[in-house]
Amino acid sequence: MDKKTIQTDVLIIGGGTAGCYAAITLAEQSDKEVLIAEKADIKRSGCLAAGVNALNAYIVSGNTPEDYLEYVKKDAEGLIREDLVLTMSERLNKVTKHLEEMGLVILKNKDGEYVTRGNRNIKINGENIKPILANQVYSYSNITVFNRVNIIDYIVADNQIIGAYGFHILKNTFYTIFAKTVICSTGGAAGIYKPNNPGLSRHKMWYPPFNTGAGYAMGIRSGAEMTTFEMRFIALRCKDTIAPTGTIAQGVSAPQINGAGELYDKQYGAPTTANRVYSTIEENKQGRGPCFLKTEGIGEKAEEELLKAYLNMAPAQTLKWLERGKGPNHENVEIEGTEPYIVGGHTASGYWVDTGRQTTIKGLYAAGDVAGGCPQKYVTGSLAEGEIAALSALRYIEETTFKTIYKEEQQEYERTGFEAVNKFLHHPEGIYTVFQLEEAMQKVMDEYAGGISGNYGYNQSRLVIAESRIRELRELALRLHAKDCYDLMKIYELLDRLLVAEAVIVHLEARKETRWHSFQENLDFQEKDEAYFLYINSIRKNERFEIIKRAFVGRGVVYEHTH
Amino acid sequence: MSIRINREKCTGCGKCIEVCPGTLLFKEVEGSKAFIKYPKECWGCTSCLKECKFEAISYYLGADIGGNGSIMHVTEEGNELHWHITDAGGNKKIISIDRTKANSY
Ligand SMILES: Cc1cc2nc3c(=O)[nH]c(=O)nc-3n(C[C@H](O)[C@H](O)[C@H](O)COP(=O)(O)OP(=O)(O)OC[C@H]3O[C@@H](n4cnc5c(N)ncnc54)[C@H](O)[C@@H]3O)c2cc1C
Ligand code: SF4
Ligand code: SF4
Repeated sequence: MDKKTIQTDVLIIGGGTAGCYAAITLAEQSDKEVLIAEKADIKRSGCLAAGVNALNAYIVSGNTPEDYLEYVKKDAEGLIREDLVLTMSERLNKVTKHLEEMGLVILKNKDGEYVTRGNRNIKINGENIKPILANQVYSYSNITVFNRVNIIDYIVADNQIIGAYGFHILKNTFYTIFAKTVICSTGGAAGIYKPNNPGLSRHKMWYPPFNTGAGYAMGIRSGAEMTTFEMRFIALRCKDTIAPTGTIAQGVSAPQINGAGELYDKQYGAPTTANRVYSTIEENKQGRGPCFLKTEGIGEKAEEELLKAYLNMAPAQTLKWLERGKGPNHENVEIEGTEPYIVGGHTASGYWVDTGRQTTIKGLYAAGDVAGGCPQKYVTGSLAEGEIAALSALRYIEETTFKTIYKEEQQEYERTGFEAVNKFLHHPEGIYTVFQLEEAMQKVMDEYAGGISGNYGYNQSRLVIAESRIRELRELALRLHAKDCYDLMKIYELLDRLLVAEAVIVHLEARKETRWHSFQENLDFQEKDEAYFLYINSIRKNERFEIIKRAFVGRGVVYEHTH
Repeated sequence: MSIRINREKCTGCGKCIEVCPGTLLFKEVEGSKAFIKYPKECWGCTSCLKECKFEAISYYLGADIGGNGSIMHVTEEGNELHWHITDAGGNKKIISIDRTKANSY
C-alpha cells in the first residue's frame, strides 16, 4: 500500500450537507487551506443523494427563532440543549437564502415570498440539492476535495486534535493528514439494528446505509464525551419503500387511521414525532392494524403531484404506486416504523459540544447529524451548524499557538496509524465475513436492545445479553481479514457500528425512565421521571463506557467545556 | 433494492461509477462495461440513473418490497427530467418533472 502524508489548515471529514457548507464558509471568510475527505463523492453523497422534498427548518414570517426552539423542545419532552437549538435557529433563514443564491429552486408566491407548508417548512425542488452544494465547493480554489477517501481515526495529542488517518478506498493509499483543526461531519448511523427488509432490499432504508457512525466511533475511541445515544430515531414511513410520510400527511392533510378506518393518534397524548410512531405500534400490538395514511379520495390532481414529489426524493414510492396500479387517490398508504437509527439531526444523539460546536477534544468541531443536543436540524440546521463550526474553527486557529510536529514525531504517527490497518491485511482468512458479523449484530440489537421485533421496548435483562454479545462480536471483527482497502472500509464500518451499538446499549440502560415512547421505551420503567430531566453522557475509558449525568443547559447561556 | 445495467447499452463511460454513494459500481475490466458488484448494498438513491446518458441503467423494486416486474429509467432534456416506467406487460408511462419548478407538496 502507498503511504502519503498531507498537511492542511482545516480538515473536514465527510463532504455532506454540513461538511460542504463548513468548507464554503471557510473559503468565503478566509484564505485557509481546506481539505474535505469524503468516503463517496461529494456530488451525490450522504442524506441528500436522492434529493429532499422540503426545507423542514425555516422561520416563517411572523415567527421567531425562539418559536422554533419552543417547538423542538416540546417535541423532545424538554430535553434539548437550548443554547444549541437557538444558535442554529437564528441562522436558518440566512443559510436558506444562500442556498437559493447557489441555485436551489424554492417555491414563491406572486409577491416573491417563499410559499410555506405549516409554520416551519418551505417548498423546494430538492432533487439536485447535493450537486448544487458540490458545485459551490468546487468554485473555490482554497478547497481541495479528496473523494473516496475514508477516514478511520483521529490523531490526538494531549487531548488536542492534530489530524486524522484514512485511506483511498480504490487506490490503496494510506493517508496521514495533519491539520490545525478538524470538523467532523460524517452524519449519523444506520444499519445498527435489523432493517425493515432484511433480504434483497436490506438497504432500502430511510437513512443512508453508507453513514455508518464513523464520526461517533472515532470520537468514542479518542475519549470524546458523547450525549443522548439512548434517544434513537425511529421514522414513521411508507411500508416497504421506507419513503417519507410527511409529504403526504402535511401535503394533502392525510390523517393516520387503523385497519378499521378509525383515527387513532389523538388517543396517545401530544402529537410529537415519537408519539406518531408509538401510536401506530400500539394499534398494531392491540390487533387493530395495519395502519394507513388516509389518502383515498384526494383527487387525481393531488395524486399526480404526489407521484412527482416522490420522484424528487424517494423514487421507490412512485414506482410502488405504479406497480400496484393504484395511486394514493385510490388506495390508502400503509405505514410502519423503521429500525432505530442514531441521528443527531432528528434526535439529540452525538458529540457533546459547546455553543461553538467544539467537542471535548480541543480543536475538533462537530456539525450536522454527528453533533448532539440539537434535534430537528434537518438540511438547513445542518448548514447552520456547518457555518457555526467553521467560524469557531477559524477563531481557534487565530487564537492558538500550535506546537511544531518534528520529523521523528511525524514518522511515529505515520507508523502507528499504518500499523493499525496493516494488521487486518495480514490476518489469515477466518470463518466469518464482515457481512455475517453485521447480520449478527443487527439481530442482537433487534432482539435484545429494542428493535422492530420487540416493538422497540427493552429491559435490563435483555440489555445485559446485548452488551456481552456485541462485545464478543467486536472481538471477532477485530480478527477479520482484508485483502484491500475496500475490505478495510467494510471492516471499519462494522467496527464503528459495533461501538455505536455498545454506546446505545449503555445509554439505554442508564435512562431509568421512559422519556420518549418508542425512541426510548424502557419496559422496567414505563413512566417519565423528572429525576431524569438531565443529559445522559458518556466517555469511553479502558474499553468501557462511563456514564456522566449532566444538568440541563438553558437558552441564553454560552456553554463552555471545562477541559 | 437494486438496479440493473444493460450491457448492450453501456458504453463504459464511468459516470455512474464516479457518483455512487456506496462505491458499489465497478468496471468489469478497464475500459469495459459497468456492473453492480454488491446488489444487496444498493440504497436505491437513483444517482447512477441520472448520470447515465445512454439509458443503460434501470431501477426496480425487489419483489420483497412490492416489485411486480416494472423497470424505470430516466432521461434529461433541458430542464426536464423524464422518468420512463415500463411495466411487466411492456406498457410504458413517462412522468416529466421540470427542475425549475418546486414540488407542490
Ligand atoms: C432520505 C432522507 C430524506 C430527508 N429529507 C429531508 C427533507 O425533505 N427536508 C429536510 O430539511 N431534511 C431532510 N432530511 C434530513 C437532512 O437531509 C439531514 O439531517 C442532513 O442532510 C444531515 O447532514 P449531515 O451533513 O450531518 O450528513 P450527510 O449530508 O449525510 O453527510 C455525511 C457525509 O459524511 C460522509 N462520510 C461518512 N463517514 C465517513 C468517513 N468515515 N470518512 C469520510 N466521509 C464519511 C458521507 O459519505 C456523507 O457524504 C432527510 C434525510 C434523509 C436521510
Ligand atoms: S453511466 Fe451508463 S454508459 Fe456510463 S458506465 Fe455507467 S451504465 Fe455505462
Ligand atoms: S441507486 Fe444509488 S446506491 Fe444504488 S447503485 Fe445507483 S448510485 Fe449506487
